[in-house]
Amino acid sequence: MTGANTAINLSVFGIFVLLTLYIVYRASTRNVSASDYYAAGSSFTGTQNGIALSGDFLSAASFLGISGAIAVNGYDGFMYSIGWVVAWLIGLMLISERLRNTGRFTMGDVMAFRMRQRPVRAAAANATLVISLFYMIAQMAGAGGLMALLLDVHSKVGQAIIIAVVGIVMVLYVLVGGMKGTTWVQIIKAVLLLLTVSLLTIFLIGKFGFDFSSILDRATQRSPLGEAVLSPGVKYGASDLSKIDFISLALALVLGTASLPHVLMRFYTVPNAREARKSVVWATWMMAIFYSCTLVIGFGAMALVGTDKITSAPGGENSAAPLLAFQVGGTVLLGIVCAVAFATILAVVAGLTLTASASFAHDVYANVIKHGEADPRDEVKVARITAVCVGVLAIVGGIAANGQNVAFLVALAFALAASANLPTLLYSLFWKRFNTRGTLWSIYGGLTSCVLLIVFSPAISGSKSSVFPDVDFALFPLSNPGIVSIPLSFLAGFLGTVIGGEKADPDKQAEMEVRGLTGIGSGLR
Amino acid sequence: MTKALPSVSRPATPGFATFDETPHSLLIDGDGEPDFGAIQTSDDFLDLKRRVKRFILPATLAFLAWYVTFVLLSAYAADFMSTPLFGTVNVGLTMGFLQIVTTIIITMAYARYSKRKLDPQVDKVRALVETDEELA
Repeated sequence: MTGANTAINLSVFGIFVLLTLYIVYRASTRNVSASDYYAAGSSFTGTQNGIALSGDFLSAASFLGISGAIAVNGYDGFMYSIGWVVAWLIGLMLISERLRNTGRFTMGDVMAFRMRQRPVRAAAANATLVISLFYMIAQMAGAGGLMALLLDVHSKVGQAIIIAVVGIVMVLYVLVGGMKGTTWVQIIKAVLLLLTVSLLTIFLIGKFGFDFSSILDRATQRSPLGEAVLSPGVKYGASDLSKIDFISLALALVLGTASLPHVLMRFYTVPNAREARKSVVWATWMMAIFYSCTLVIGFGAMALVGTDKITSAPGGENSAAPLLAFQVGGTVLLGIVCAVAFATILAVVAGLTLTASASFAHDVYANVIKHGEADPRDEVKVARITAVCVGVLAIVGGIAANGQNVAFLVALAFALAASANLPTLLYSLFWKRFNTRGTLWSIYGGLTSCVLLIVFSPAISGSKSSVFPDVDFALFPLSNPGIVSIPLSFLAGFLGTVIGGEKADPDKQAEMEVRGLTGIGSGLR
Repeated sequence: MTKALPSVSRPATPGFATFDETPHSLLIDGDGEPDFGAIQTSDDFLDLKRRVKRFILPATLAFLAWYVTFVLLSAYAADFMSTPLFGTVNVGLTMGFLQIVTTIIITMAYARYSKRKLDPQVDKVRALVETDEELA
């Protein structure tokens, strides 16, 4: 890419960033109360929130990561798309409405509803912080790869500087905008992303005479793996162990989605449970369209750009979609696709930062440290400080993880969410006897086992594609720990409850069940 | 919910019942707060629970089973999944796409079921406590 092209890229990009910052600024002029900052005063409609929900969820992993994974690994990459669509059924039927009815701002509200407040809130906040951080690290790595491609930066130091700058810009959005500003960025971004992806898909299908089969045909010719890319097993089929890794990944994808803290928090920005349900229906439709398109874009990139060129580009696998855009539409389309991808990352990081900071300020500061008597203004101040700290950590982590496939990194965050949160949420909503000890055991059991297994997995050390390729402390053979840590957390929650501790409070349980299903006592209409 | 004052329809002393007192007000305790224990065992609420369970239990089991089948076939029956169906499109890719289709179908079915069978029942349960508050 020549210097002139970089200039076009950058200007498309700069305009976009300024425009969204302006919108965030306008949307947030009355961002005063804690409810405004965390939940946008619960003022969004189901439709708006549904679009924002897909904006929150469709991250760099979905756009850059999946299309890259399909463009390189074919069928095995497609697994991500399927898992992330199917997963919404759990959110729809089991979680969203009950969560809206029982909580206010955070996941901790629901987990601590009928338990001892302080330890459970602290645990929920810890889980939220760890999961959000992992997720953000992945997004930062994606942003680094994207900007490296856009500016044609090949050196690791240059890319590290880019990640830092991008990260700072993103934290700014949250500080200025709060939930309302963030939601508007998400709505705009979701619409742009879906439009871009659908148009690109229609164009690709048209180019191949409206015959998906011939895209695949061409793709197999351009891949060094040939016909094998259309079959399962390219990445995960080599041994029995890698097949288990595949199943583990599939489990994490389907169980993690509806327990991601930033997705859960999205159910609070609507006025009531019916709107929350409507949000998920809208989001599911958008996801279904989006992820169907990733299949075409992934194989399209394989067919038109070629696997070799993708893997050797700055940003690696993550650059498949931008390279495809450049191939079919030149610099302008590349600029647009990069701007949309950047917006995607921006919106997701903003949502994550907000969630992490809300969780610390609301659960730890207001409820654990100040015993529920914090000044709401102080709470928002603490939230803003937390946002900065989390942002800095994510930048450092993003620099370390630069070059990894974003979808793969994000799948680790999904495994964490599925381990720490899902068992706890399901037990506390559906199991009468579940008590404080069970809650703590399942949150901490899932969280620590999952973190430890990730640290000692081939994702971190011991193989060429690891974060630290030069050392080897990979004692655990699977790169995604879900298949071990998710059942472990269910078991821990069960044992913790059965073994003893205080009995579940029947009054609180009655209140939670009635309130969860009907909204009585929540003040919601 | 704002703490409602003790409702006007509540008799001041036990045993002094008035005509306008509905049996529903039993579900609100002395402070005007909903009595969740009583609501939880009321017929209307139990009916709501049954209706919820009737849909989400089979639907959840069905979609999880279908998803796990797909994953296991992909892992252990690669040959079957690579059988071509339309041109180069094979069984696995088709099945994957069908996962997305079934997700949409279940989503819409749940939305419809909620609107017809759950929401009216939720309103019924809510009416148990709301009649009283509105009088207050």
